[in-house]
Amino acid sequence: MAHIDLTQMGAGQSGKVISMQGGRGMMAKLEALGIRPGVEITKVSGQIMRGPVIVRVGNTQVAIGFGMARRVIVAVEV
Amino acid sequence: MKKILLMGNPNVGKSVIFSRLTGVGVIASNYPGTTVEFSKGSMGSGEQKVVVIDVPGTYSLNPTSPAEKVAVEMLDKAIEEKDSIVISIIDATNLERNLNLTLQMLKKDIPMIIVLNLWDEAKHIGISIDIEKLERILGVAVIPTVAITGEGIKELVNRLDKAKKGQYQYEDKERWHEIGNIIAEVQLIKHKHHTIGERLGDLTVHPWTGIPIAIVILFLVFQLIRFIGEGLIGYVFEPIFENLWSPIMMALSQLLGGQGIIHNILIGQLIEGEIDFGQSFGLLTTGLFVPIAAVLPYIVAFYLVLSFLEDSGYLPRLAVLLDKIMHSVGLHGMAIVPMLLGLGCNVPGALGTRVLETKRERFIAATLMAIAIPCMAQIAMIFGLIGKYGARGLFPVFGTLFVVWFFFGILMNLVIKGESPEIFTEIPPYRLPYFGALLKKVFMRIKWFLKEAIPFVLLGVFIVNILYALRIIDFFGRIAAPVITNILGLPLEAVGALIIGFLRKDLAVGMLLPLGLSLKQLIIASVVLTMYFPCVATFAILLKELGIIDMIKAAIIMIVSSFLVGALLNLII
Repeated sequence: MAHIDLTQMGAGQSGKVISMQGGRGMMAKLEALGIRPGVEITKVSGQIMRGPVIVRVGNTQVAIGFGMARRVIVAVEV
Repeated sequence: MKKILLMGNPNVGKSVIFSRLTGVGVIASNYPGTTVEFSKGSMGSGEQKVVVIDVPGTYSLNPTSPAEKVAVEMLDKAIEEKDSIVISIIDATNLERNLNLTLQMLKKDIPMIIVLNLWDEAKHIGISIDIEKLERILGVAVIPTVAITGEGIKELVNRLDKAKKGQYQYEDKERWHEIGNIIAEVQLIKHKHHTIGERLGDLTVHPWTGIPIAIVILFLVFQLIRFIGEGLIGYVFEPIFENLWSPIMMALSQLLGGQGIIHNILIGQLIEGEIDFGQSFGLLTTGLFVPIAAVLPYIVAFYLVLSFLEDSGYLPRLAVLLDKIMHSVGLHGMAIVPMLLGLGCNVPGALGTRVLETKRERFIAATLMAIAIPCMAQIAMIFGLIGKYGARGLFPVFGTLFVVWFFFGILMNLVIKGESPEIFTEIPPYRLPYFGALLKKVFMRIKWFLKEAIPFVLLGVFIVNILYALRIIDFFGRIAAPVITNILGLPLEAVGALIIGFLRKDLAVGMLLPLGLSLKQLIIASVVLTMYFPCVATFAILLKELGIIDMIKAAIIMIVSSFLVGALLNLII
């Protein structure tokens, strides 16, 4: 297991959210869309040149800006 | 029961259920003091009439955006007023995430009924939910529905008076844990693989395939909008004005004696003894023709196509693809909405800035849209004017506007204080829109546009008439003349076009036609006309959306930048 952030994941790769490093507002936003420690998360795609990251949590796809995605830490199989 | 609130996460089919429950007479309005829009309608009749409110979608009762704040305020107000109920609409394919909001609402002092919408889709992807068990746990009625086909709506209506307060007790800190327990009790998921549709859907967000697909889709969208808009103008609105309204106005003109101040205000100037709806400038001629026959058809076409893109789920994907580009001008991907709208008509473009959360973003988006995005009617006229020169004429015009958009966007992003938030949005699965709800939405938006825009256009025409009668416009024309001739290199007659451009940009471009301008002059005039000021309808909406101080700032940016760019073009071409 290795700890990386969402932007470092490859498209199609899955992992488990370990932590989110941000203020209360950001935590509340992420949590409202089901992204919180302990959940399974799959990266659908990233965009070129530090564009937003798209992830799948449960049956929801979420687009997350690059800066925010960098602060979501995920444990993945190496 | 007096009031029903429809509440739920965004993209759960709330507005489809709203449109199923309500009849005619639905209105869209702004929540007081905000730019958040919501719809209101009614069901039942006579004594039993109940108000139904489509509350803006929210993910939780701890608001993180203006729309969510409005949702929470509406709920609190309904609790205070008593005699109201909440229908909590849950996306059955996302039970866990949706229960978060429902559980928060269950703690509130208001009767509730739960709808599990998208029931068919949940079954289709292998999710089964034990409804009876869920009802027992939460203590309120749970009704599965497929809003698009109408399945379950009748049962929902029949059981509305069974709405009651929930009995589910839990500690707030343990909410997600509790939700996990409920899910374990009631939900069973048979794992299914990606469908072909989902794989195709994913292609639209991968950068290498998504961008070419986006270009094709946008091209088709504009063709369709032009087709619908021009069709409505050519076959419906213009014939109505020319054949029905024109004779009435001519009769009125004769009644008023064909001249005088009242005649000039109501009818305007007769052009070669006839009413010219584009040039006469009377309140009842140009004042009505512009918003109804020239702008409205494009509004109808645009809202139809945009609502389709919205409801099908493509818009958020386009926003993701373009997010990076938008960041360079201090906006995020969702700002593509006002820009796209502005290309059809700047009026809905100005209204479209509402999708943005902060004042800073709305100011940048509105100013950029007004300054560098010509509307469809104007684009058509520019093509007519310099199309014959081909790329040699068109490229400098649209290339300049493109550079202007980036340059002033980057500049505003640097100069204006504050940060712009990053994109963070749910990307709903592709769905075929439900046309009943779609048409209702389009209809509401159009009604709203007519109510907001027409009085302002009339006021604008009225003011221009007064200024004209008092010779104030002449005065400004004479002051501006040296600037226009010396710095921009345009003939004196172009002053007239710039003044008319305040009312109708396309018409102003058309007025350049008989002046016999050189290609260089045509390019400069087209660019300056696009940039220098929004048309009166856009101006009125921008004034409302931005407030007077920001509008003055935006106007100064527009006037100064248009003359700078015009002068620069005059030097380098």
